[in-house]
Amino acid sequence: MKAKFLIPLALFVVLVGFLAVGLNRDPREVPSPLVGKAAPAFRVPQLDAAGKTFSPEDMKGKVWLLNVWASWCVSCREEHPLLVEFSRSQETPLIGLDYKDKREDGLGVLVRAGNPYSITAFDGDGRVGIDYGVYGVPETYVIDKAGVIRYKQIGPITREALDKKILPLINELNKS
Amino acid sequence: MKRLFASLLLALACTAAWPKDAPPLAEDPAVEKRMIAISEEMRCLVCQNESLAASQADLAQDLRRELRGLIKEGKSDEEIKQFMVSRYGDFVLYRPRMQPTTWLLWAGPFVLLIAGIAVLIGYLRRRSRVVEQEAPLSEDDAKRAEALLKEGGQ
Repeated sequence: MKAKFLIPLALFVVLVGFLAVGLNRDPREVPSPLVGKAAPAFRVPQLDAAGKTFSPEDMKGKVWLLNVWASWCVSCREEHPLLVEFSRSQETPLIGLDYKDKREDGLGVLVRAGNPYSITAFDGDGRVGIDYGVYGVPETYVIDKAGVIRYKQIGPITREALDKKILPLINELNKS
Repeated sequence: MKRLFASLLLALACTAAWPKDAPPLAEDPAVEKRMIAISEEMRCLVCQNESLAASQADLAQDLRRELRGLIKEGKSDEEIKQFMVSRYGDFVLYRPRMQPTTWLLWAGPFVLLIAGIAVLIGYLRRRSRVVEQEAPLSEDDAKRAEALLKEGGQ
């Protein structure tokens, strides 16, 4: 009989538990349906050499990162030093995708802040971005040797995300 | 003379400010109508409380352009929905689809309703049983009650 009085308390605790989890989540982080699927194909000109093109096909057999950025994107500046550091210490190719940008603005950023990208693809009208489900730059995709997207970082790469998720994943993918 | 000049100037200023014809909303009103009908059912991922039809975000404008293209290609509504879901996930749909992960969402309110009715019926039954079981007054109690009532009447 006494236990009956505990029922509302138990329900309350469950509710608080749900709220604690739910309210601490970032509503901007929408899980991408593309994780686990093949990276959408595209072929676009490169940022610094309009005559040359880039396609994910060129990267078959390699584990690589696709980083979507733009000169107008403020949080891209935040992650930029980390990307520069990554490109110096890692073998993994880091490909940039300059999203909805003007060529000269994009190139300006790379000149001023350093160029961490082995290749930068240029997506001036944002169509590639749409195929990749980009909705808030910067976004970074880890793509495996078979061309499958294994991870998507929404928002700037933080040191924590890099050390705890991205680097271990790259190591694991490189072994297989 | 000054006044005439001023009014002339004013008249000229007015002609300059005459509005131009409003630009047509779209080349093809039928395409536009379908595009709006579809995009009203979709969430803009940049401003998540706005529909894709209403949002002025850059991405929303690009996506509307993309939807127009798909409509002109003759894609069905279902194919266009699939185009969006395969890129942005079920989150873009304002009306969740019927699928294993959403069964609880769809059935939840009805399950709660049925559970509530069951609890209510159980409670009412138990209460009526308690009322029935209450023993009638014993003879002594009845006499005492009568006596008390009489006392009160005097």
